[in-house]
This record gives sequence, structure tokens and C-alpha cells, in this order.
Amino acid sequence: MTSEAQPTPDTQTLPDAQPSKGTLRVLQLYPREMNIYGDWGNALVLKQRIKWHGYTPELLEYNVGDEFPDDVDIIVGGGGQDSGQLVIQNDLQARAATLKQLADGGAPMLVICGLYQLFGKFFKTSTGPVIPGIGILDVETHGTDERLIGNVTMKSAEFGDILGYENHSGQTTLGPGVEPLGTVTKGAGNNSKDGHEGARYNNVVASYLHGSLLPKNPAIADFLIRTAAERKFGSFVPGTPDDGYASLAREHAARRPR
Amino acid sequence: MLSFSVPLGKLVRTLSRLRGGGSAFPGLVVEKIDPGFMQRTLASLPLGVAVVSGTNGKTTTTKMVVELLESQGLKVFTNRSGSNFTRGVAASLLGDVDWRGRLDADIAILELDEAHAVHFVNKVEPRFSLLLNVLRDQLDRFGEIDKTARLLEHIASKTTDTVVLNREDPRVARIANALNTLDAVHHPEVRYFGLDESLRSTFPNDDEMRTTGIGPSPSGTSVAAETGDDVDLAPADVVLRRVGAQDADFEFDGETVTTSMKLRGVYNIFNAAAALSLARSVLGTGPVDTPKLVKALGEVAPAFGRGESLTVDGQPLELVLVKNPSGFRLGLKSFPAGGYATMIAINDNYADGRDMSWLWDVEFDSLREGGVEVLTGVRAYDMALRLQYDDVHFGVVEPDITAALRAFIDGSRGKPKRVFCTYTSMLAIRRELAKITIVEVVS
Repeated sequence: MTSEAQPTPDTQTLPDAQPSKGTLRVLQLYPREMNIYGDWGNALVLKQRIKWHGYTPELLEYNVGDEFPDDVDIIVGGGGQDSGQLVIQNDLQARAATLKQLADGGAPMLVICGLYQLFGKFFKTSTGPVIPGIGILDVETHGTDERLIGNVTMKSAEFGDILGYENHSGQTTLGPGVEPLGTVTKGAGNNSKDGHEGARYNNVVASYLHGSLLPKNPAIADFLIRTAAERKFGSFVPGTPDDGYASLAREHAARRPR
Repeated sequence: MLSFSVPLGKLVRTLSRLRGGGSAFPGLVVEKIDPGFMQRTLASLPLGVAVVSGTNGKTTTTKMVVELLESQGLKVFTNRSGSNFTRGVAASLLGDVDWRGRLDADIAILELDEAHAVHFVNKVEPRFSLLLNVLRDQLDRFGEIDKTARLLEHIASKTTDTVVLNREDPRVARIANALNTLDAVHHPEVRYFGLDESLRSTFPNDDEMRTTGIGPSPSGTSVAAETGDDVDLAPADVVLRRVGAQDADFEFDGETVTTSMKLRGVYNIFNAAAALSLARSVLGTGPVDTPKLVKALGEVAPAFGRGESLTVDGQPLELVLVKNPSGFRLGLKSFPAGGYATMIAINDNYADGRDMSWLWDVEFDSLREGGVEVLTGVRAYDMALRLQYDDVHFGVVEPDITAALRAFIDGSRGKPKRVFCTYTSMLAIRRELAKITIVEVVS
């Protein structure tokens, strides 16, 4: 099982001499409130892979009350506790039109867990109150007393096998306006019934999976980067990131119990 | 019942020890045949029960409180680490009571896991409680941090005399407000332990953990930031003013006391302030031998795996237990990498937490210069991937801990070594190290 170390190859960090293929701006949504399960990992993976593909990453963040940057290429948002969701709720509603316009126009986005729920139509909490979503995704979520926790593996026609970890008590059902991200082969997914995990709409990827999601699923990261580059520059010229450790981490993770 | 259950329980305890078996089983037996055993025995203690709970640092803090109180001549009962749940307490009690069921102690200092503490305080109301912190730990067990905070709140609401709170952790400090608004039967006094402003940045709380891609948030949501920096924080009973290489300054009763410290790591030393505050609460208005108290504080040695130093090949080998992102970040900050060979061991067994997301909430920049010699554990490749994204070089990746440890020791001869390890990987490493050096093996 031993694998000798290879220092990170030089091809991974762009030599200064080589000109950048262009700048891609990644916006983190509410990192202050919605950051509970390693959501930074998704932003970091985008930042590093943009670089490894030969582009220049620029990381931005948007928190409650900030001015919304008008020139963003990828949007990424994470999970929060119930208290965090309450704090961002009004601000998110105020940004709903902007975000919807971006999503409808094909901007690549990744929303995990809490923001996945709030990108949907509503979240009816188990105690009664209904938190309105911003309706970008045709999904609805109902709070339950059952917590879906554990390792997840799923199959996706688009991205191959996807691995991660779920931890949620809201159960989400998909409407006709979205497709599932994948079909679970281990774990629960959106809810304890239909075997679907996550949602796809335009270039929006929504999922319950932490892990963080992107490090062990570089295909999804590269989809977001490729889409952003094509929208901005008309084409995407990939680099050669070394995914050897990602593959080994995937192999080992797939063997772990639920 | 009284004359019969204790001897039987002790007998079961002796037999299960001979068998080399479970430590809690005798507790189960005595619980079944004499459900009032634990309450009755603890109720007989003149100074009652003190509960220590929170995510990080329970074991070392409990050890400190015990040694501080013993320095003042008190007889203290405590539960062995690893039996920090109700049945474990009952089992520990069985070991310490005499055959008539009498416990020769003035007070019980009990380390209790947050969720188990709730069950415990419903059975035995503690006179004192010390609530350390609420951090992202084993969220797959408790669900969410706010839920864990509510568990601690419940412990506080059942406390009859004094609740000692971490002033710097907003979720813990807020428990004071909750105590005022709850229809609490008791109205315990609230005391705080706190940090000097100059040290606050070294103790990120979970809300501050990651708010920007560039670095930790300048303000985050510490209590100070929430209320505005100029607003005075509640006065603390004990404040940690300064941490030096081998000493620290504590302020209490309006005076600053400097003492040498055997404990390493700023977070351990902050917990020393917590322990001091609880000890002072217990000692109350009675006579306190402050010089002895401070001397005892300086002499507390770390609990196993909490920055303890072993000797391998004539060189120190330090074990640093990392259980959650805050603990890992503090560990990296407290134990600078310079001059050390480093190994990281990551398991994902139930006791470690199965979700690997937490590794992504730790920044590993401080290891970039020297790199990491060996990565091991069930999730060694997750760790490799994590370091790759932080541009940190690493040597051997070997999931098998026995082989990895051998490679680490052989490959770093003549150098001091440090191992950052999750809970179950630490147990495995200790078992291996016991074959070549003197280690307290904990089952």
C-alpha cells in the first residue's frame, strides 16, 4: 500500500513566465454563516485547479449586507446551522433576483446542504415555520426528526461515481424543473425514499454532500471551471492537474462503512 | 439491598478485570440491582459533585482540577478517562468505595461527554460545573454545534452552586443569559475564565474558522466583536494574561501570578485558567493556600496524547491528539514545526468521526517549509489530498499505522519527532510505541 511521495510536480503551479489564460472570479456565498462542514474545501479546490489549468483565480466573498460583485464567474455556497440560515434569510431574498438571473443565464454554481435547500422553493421546518427559498431550483424541503448521516456514494451519468458524506434532517424532493445529480448506491441522499441525491438545473450543481465534495470529485470542479471559462472566453483549454491522490482517496473512501 | 449490591458489584468488577474485560459492565450490574447506588454514594460527599464538560480539553482540565484540589488537602474522587458516561462513573465508583459502599472523598470531579452529562445531571445535580467550549467535533453524533451548546446549557441549569464558563466562546458565554431566562430551579453563581486580549487571536472559535479565502477573519463573531470591541467583557474570575515558552501569567484576585508550566500548548494553558477557576469555586471562602495552588498548576503534566513527550531512539516523540478543526489548528500553532520530523495519522472510526470534511477547515501552511515525513491511518490519502491542495510536500503515504510508524522512526533518526493523530490512531500508535519505549497504554 505504500506509495512513494512525489513532490507536487512543477506543472501544477504555473511558471511565472507563462502567461495566464485569463482570470476567473469565484464568489463564496455567505462564508461567514454557511461554512459548517469544510465548505472552504470547495472554494480552495476551485482556486487551486483554476491555477493548475493555467488561469488566474480570484476569490471573492459575499456576506450579509455586502455589495454584490457584478462580475463573477463561479458561485459556491455551503451549509449552515439553522441559526445561520435564519441570519442570511432576508439578505438572500434581497439577492434572489440577481442570483436567479445568473443561474438562468447559465452561470456555474455549486450549492451544498443549507444553501441547496434555500435555493429551492421553501424549507418547512419540523417545528412548523416555513423558510422561503429563492426558487432557483424546483425542489422543496421538509424538516424531519430523522437525521440522515453517513458516507454516501452515488452514480451520475454526467460525473461518474460521486463520493461524500451527508448530515441533514431536511428531506428534499425534486420537481419536474430539475434533474437529480445522481442515484445513491450507499446512503440516503435527498430523502429517505426515492434514492436521488442532489439536483441539476442549467449549470447549477446542488448536493447534500460534504467531504468536502470537490476535492474527491474533481470532475465536478472541472465542470464548473470549464463552464466558466467557456462563458467568459469562448473556450476552455485544460491543464494537467495531478489527480493521483484524489483517485486513491476515492478508492479508500468508497470502502468505508456508511 | 445496600449490604448486598456493593460487594456484588465489586466482585463483578474484580472478575471482569481478571477476564481483562469491559470497564463499564460492573456499572451495569450495580445499576440493575441497586439503581440508587450512584446517586446515594455521590450525595454522601461533603463538597458534592463537579462536572467538567465541553468539546476539547476535558481530560487534561479534569486532571488539573483534581491536582489543584489535592494540593489543598482535599480527597478527590474522579472517573478514569474513557469512562466519561453515567455507567462508567458507577463502575469507577465501585472501584473506590469500600465493601460497605462508603466513598472516602470530599468531592467528585467528573469528566463527562456532553450528551452523557445531560443524562448524568438528570440523576445527580452537580454543585459545580465547568463548561469549556463548543467546537466542531463529531457532528455526526450530535448533529449541530448549537445543539451541543443546548446540552451544555442543560448541565448549567441543573447546577446548584456555581457554573464556570469560558468567556471567550460565545456559545458558552451565552449560557449565562440562558440561566437568567430559564425557569431554572437553581440560580447558580456564574463565573468566567478568560483570555487577555493579546491572546484572543490564537483562539479562533468555530464561527471565525473560515470566513475568507485569504486568512482567518479579523473579527469573526467572538463575544467582543458581537458587542463592539470597546464594550467591556464580563469580568473573569481567572484571566490568562501571557503564555511564554515554559511559563504563563494568570490574573486572579486583582494580582498577576507567573508560574512555570509543564503543560505545552496554549489551549492546554487556557484550560489551566479554567481549572483554576473551578478549584477556586470549590474552595469557596475557606482558606486557600495560593502558593501551593499555583505550584500544583505548574506541575500538572499533560494527560495521555495531549502533547505528552515520549522518548524514542534518544529523541523526543510528541503525540498531539487532534479531534476537530479547532484542535488541529491550535495544535499546529502551539507546536511549531521547525526542527521536527512530522507524521500525521488520520482514522475515521466512530470515535474519530466519520466525516472527513473537518480536514478542509484546517490550514496547513505552517508545515509548508519543512513538509511532512509520513501520512498514515485509514484516511491517509484524504490527508495527502488535503496537503496537495495546500502545496505542502509529504513523503511516505502508508495507511497501515505499524508500517508507517516504522518508516517514520527509521527515516528520521536523530531528529525530534511529532505525531498529530486522531483518537483511534493515537491508541494504535501507543500500542506500537509500547513495544519500543515506555508508554502508558490505554485500552
